[in-house]
This record gives sequence, structure tokens and C-alpha cells, in this order.
Amino acid sequence: MKRSVKLLMALFAAATLAACSTTEPAEETTDTTVQQDDATNAEAEALARQRAAEEAERQRIAALLENTTIYFDFDSDAIRSGDMELLEVHAKHIQATGKKVVLEGHADERGTPEYNLALGERRAKSVAQLMRTYGVSASQIEVISFGEESPANPGHTEQAWQENRRVEIKYQ
Amino acid sequence: MKHICKKLMILCIGLMAYSAQAEVQIYITEGRDDARPVAVLPFKFESASEVKISPPHNFSQIIADDLERSGKFKPVDISDLPQNPSDITEVDIDAWKELGVDGVVYGVVKETAPGKYMVSYDLIDPYNDKAVMESNIASGSYPLVDQSFHLMVLKTKLVNDDNFRWAAHIAADEIYEALTGERGAFATQIAYVQVDRLAEKPYELNVADSDGFNQTKIFSSKQPIMSPTWSPDANKLAYVSFENGRSEIFIQTIATGQRELIASFKGFNSAPAWSPDGTKMAMVLSKDGNPEIYVMDLATKSLKRLTRHYAIDTEPSWNPDGKSLIFTSDRGGKPQIYRVSLAGGDAERVTFEGRYNAGAEFAPDGKTIVMVHQSNGNFHVAAQDIETGNLTVLTTTSLDESLSVAPNSSMIIFSTVDGRQKVLSAVSMDGRFKARLPANVGEVKAPAWSPFIL
Repeated sequence: MKRSVKLLMALFAAATLAACSTTEPAEETTDTTVQQDDATNAEAEALARQRAAEEAERQRIAALLENTTIYFDFDSDAIRSGDMELLEVHAKHIQATGKKVVLEGHADERGTPEYNLALGERRAKSVAQLMRTYGVSASQIEVISFGEESPANPGHTEQAWQENRRVEIKYQ
Repeated sequence: MKHICKKLMILCIGLMAYSAQAEVQIYITEGRDDARPVAVLPFKFESASEVKISPPHNFSQIIADDLERSGKFKPVDISDLPQNPSDITEVDIDAWKELGVDGVVYGVVKETAPGKYMVSYDLIDPYNDKAVMESNIASGSYPLVDQSFHLMVLKTKLVNDDNFRWAAHIAADEIYEALTGERGAFATQIAYVQVDRLAEKPYELNVADSDGFNQTKIFSSKQPIMSPTWSPDANKLAYVSFENGRSEIFIQTIATGQRELIASFKGFNSAPAWSPDGTKMAMVLSKDGNPEIYVMDLATKSLKRLTRHYAIDTEPSWNPDGKSLIFTSDRGGKPQIYRVSLAGGDAERVTFEGRYNAGAEFAPDGKTIVMVHQSNGNFHVAAQDIETGNLTVLTTTSLDESLSVAPNSSMIIFSTVDGRQKVLSAVSMDGRFKARLPANVGEVKAPAWSPFIL
């Protein structure tokens, strides 16, 4: 029950995000009969604005794609709402390029190593599941858990633990 | 005076010879105030040549250190000893009674040929003059003196340079058993993973004697190594290695180094645990979608699935009777310990105290399970009595994990964080004795105490 609610929520979030980020197709035709300077200027401005917006969006996505790590709460595989957009961008990119990814699940050192190995896999699978709802094919995703064996930060502080509770998206 | 000087010199040179360090050192951090006083006297050394003035290791010191590390004994300072006999006929029983020690150990190391020794050692109980039956003394197996009635251990053994330390651990086991009635676990080994992030191969699986000496490298890798565990005959280790990019289970024969990949299923392969009879191995595989407990027949490699649940099921540990296993599951929302019969059927919950109980291990005596227990945000070693269900937290350290119980069920070794370092630690089953085992290099974790080694 808990699982299906989570899945529904993820689907809803995915749908909402998809609706928000849909951009209108660019105007391709220009008026060839009237050659008014004002109109041309306005049109050029609109085009420039649109190009700038597109460029900004492209840059935003490129910047998001640079970010390949998402973080989790202790003993949890729930994806934080703030990471939904990032995962959608990656999912769209994976889908568009046909690339393959390895989702590496990790845990902090608290609790036991073997349980944490399972927890790391569960986190990576949670990301994989969301990516599939965004349309990524299962064959493009491989899930590997490292548990607590490969910390990003070898320290033993709250800060280190947060950095270690993660899934890394590794493009192949 | 001249005599004392010579003795001192010998002692000094002797100490220099013994200065070889253990890779993992052991510091007692919390002793028991009821530890029993014993006297372990420096053994007399008889050399075969003029050149050699000390044996390869200090036999009596190894015994004294072992006894002290059990938490049950407090060896008396050598300077406080009233006499230094090397033979039963020289023992002054009243002097030891006056000192108030529960046992006196003395002996002789006699070099019979280069690198070969005859070691004789005795244990006497000053208060018990009926330890040996009159008939035994009459039969000639004990010297015909009054002191012989106090003998609890009387041994003579042939050893060499290579098994010298081991022979001392066996002697400590004999003495421990005579004094406590419980089998000693000093002549045992510990397997552990050592991590030195700066090394070319940062992950090393090592085996050392129970006192941290004689470290031997079993396997090293650029990728993580997890969950080492001993075969019941102590000849093999099973462990998880990421050498092929993900977790797989290997079995390695210690003497030959021969390795066998036994679980490389889709998903992860983890948490190997040998059945008490050595024919089967419990393991955790996520090949069917999520982590489940399986039992593999090691001869046929056939698998039997024991759990069916969408939750995490992991960390199986065999009941010493071989008929059931305990494991960790978060099927109730948070990790707790459950028990399942090898024959199948529903799992029953075993732990109820606290929000997080994981990594449980059966003590070999089958009376207690030990586990990682979270309280106030910290992860401690806890023991639960099987019969009463009472749970006792044994440690005050906060990041304890990877528990392993000594084969005589007296002590738990585990991994924890001390300051900024992952170190091994040990705690007695009642929590009253604690020791820390830091490594000379890097971090140590995932300790596994060997079974009794015959």
C-alpha cells in the first residue's frame, strides 16, 4: 500500500513537471507581405527573446545534467521533491540519447554494512523506478549497490553521512 | 649482585628481541574490578648454545597477556612475586597463599636443537590441595612431593620457532580452562578487512592471531571487500568482493589461496554464513527483485529460498543447532531481528526493544544473540537472552557494527569508530570488559572470529 502511494505520487509529480516544462513550438513563418520596420523589429525582438529563453533553458538543462548525485534521508529510499526535476532532466536525456546509465546506490556508515548494501540497492532502484515512469527503458538502467563501502566523504560526522547517503548517476 | 646484573641484561636483550609489533594492537580500555589475581612467572630459558640468550618469543608474557585480555584475570606485577620457581619441587605454597593469587604459572623453555624447544609449564592453585588425586601421584605421573596435590596443569611440549607463539596461546587456553571451567579462545584467529586509501590496492582481507600478531594477507583488491566469515573447520573464508564491479561471494581456502566464485547472480550477492555442519551457506541475493535469504547447498550449488517479502531481508545467522536462522528485516517499517526455520514457514519477530536492531549473530553456545541496537541515535552492541528476551546494551561507543562472537561465547569483537578512525573493539558478553584494537596502518573493519582451531 505504502509503495503504491509513493509510486502514484511520483507519477503525479512527473506529470506535473512534464506539463510545466513543455515549451511552445517556435513560430516558423514570418509575414512576407507587409514590410513594416516596427513589426520587423518587434518580431526580431521576440525571436531574440525566444532564442535567449531557449539558450537559458539549454544551459539550465546542461547545468542540471552536470549534477549526477542525489541525496537521501537516513534509512530512507524516498526521493526528495527537490530532486524530481533533476531526475526528469536526466531521464529525458537518457531517453533522447539512448545512453546507458549505472545507478550506484550508497549508504552512510550507520547501522550494519550488509543492511546498508540492501539499502543502497533500494535507493538506486527507487531512482530507476522514477526514471522508468519518465519513459526510460529498463534496459538502459543498471543498478549497483556499494552500501557503505565506498563513501564520498570518509569522515564520521553528520555532514559526511549526508554526503554518503546518495545515488550517483553514472553515464556509460 | 653480579647475578642480578646478568639477569637484568638478559631481560633487556630479551625485551629487545620481543619488540616485534602486532599489526593490530590491543589496548584494554575498561577492566573488571573483579578480575582474579594470577601469577605468571617468567619462564626459565635453557639455551643449547652460548650464543642464543632468549627464545623467539616470551612464552610466559604471551600467556599473561592472553589471560589479562580475557578480562577475567589480572596478572600480578612481576616485581611483586615472592619467588621464581621453575619446578614443582621449588614451589613455596604458603608464599603464594600469602600473596593471594588464584593461580601460579611457571615453566622452562629448553632449546633442544637450533630452533627447537621443549616447553614445560605448570599451573598450581595455592588454595586447593586436592586438585590431584593421591592415586595419580602414587602412579608416578606427578612428582612425589606435597606440592603436587596443588597441580592443575602439568605439561611438556615440543615446539619450534614457527609455532612458538601459537603454543603459548594453547597453554593460555589450558590454564584458562583449568581456572574457569570454560574453554579458552586464545589459540584462535580473527579475519578482518583493512583499508588503506593511499595504497595501490586499498582493500585487504587479513587474518591474525587473536592477540593481533602474525598478520597474514589473504586477499587484496582495488575494490571493496565485505563480510568475511569462517568455515566451521576454520580452513576457509567466505567473503564478498566487488572486484568485478559489484558484490559477489567468494570462498577462499586459507592454506592454498585457492578461490571459488560461488554467487554471482543478477543484483547483489551478500552476507554469506556457513551452516554449523559446513555443508550449506546462507546468503542474501537480490536476483528476484529484492533482497531475500537463500540457503545454498555447497556440494550441488542448488538454492533454497527462505524468505518472501518485499522488504529488505538480510544478515542471516545460523542457530548453532542448524535448524533455524535469524535475520534482519525491515518488514515492520524499521529493521528488526526475525527468525525463520530452515524447513520454511513464516518468520517470527525476535526483537522488540528499540527502533533499529540489525546484524544479529548467535553466540556459539546458543543462549544469546548479539546485535547492533540503536538507542538515542547511537549504534551500540547489545545482547539478548534467548530464553528471557531481555536485552542489554553492552557498549558506549556509537557506531558499532559487524559483530562476531568468540567460539567460547565469552567475548564479542566488532568494528566501531574511535575518534576519526574505524577500529576493532572487543567487549565481554556481560559488557564489563572492553578493549580497543587499532591498526598500525589505515582502518580495520568487518572482524570475524574464527571457530576453535584444532
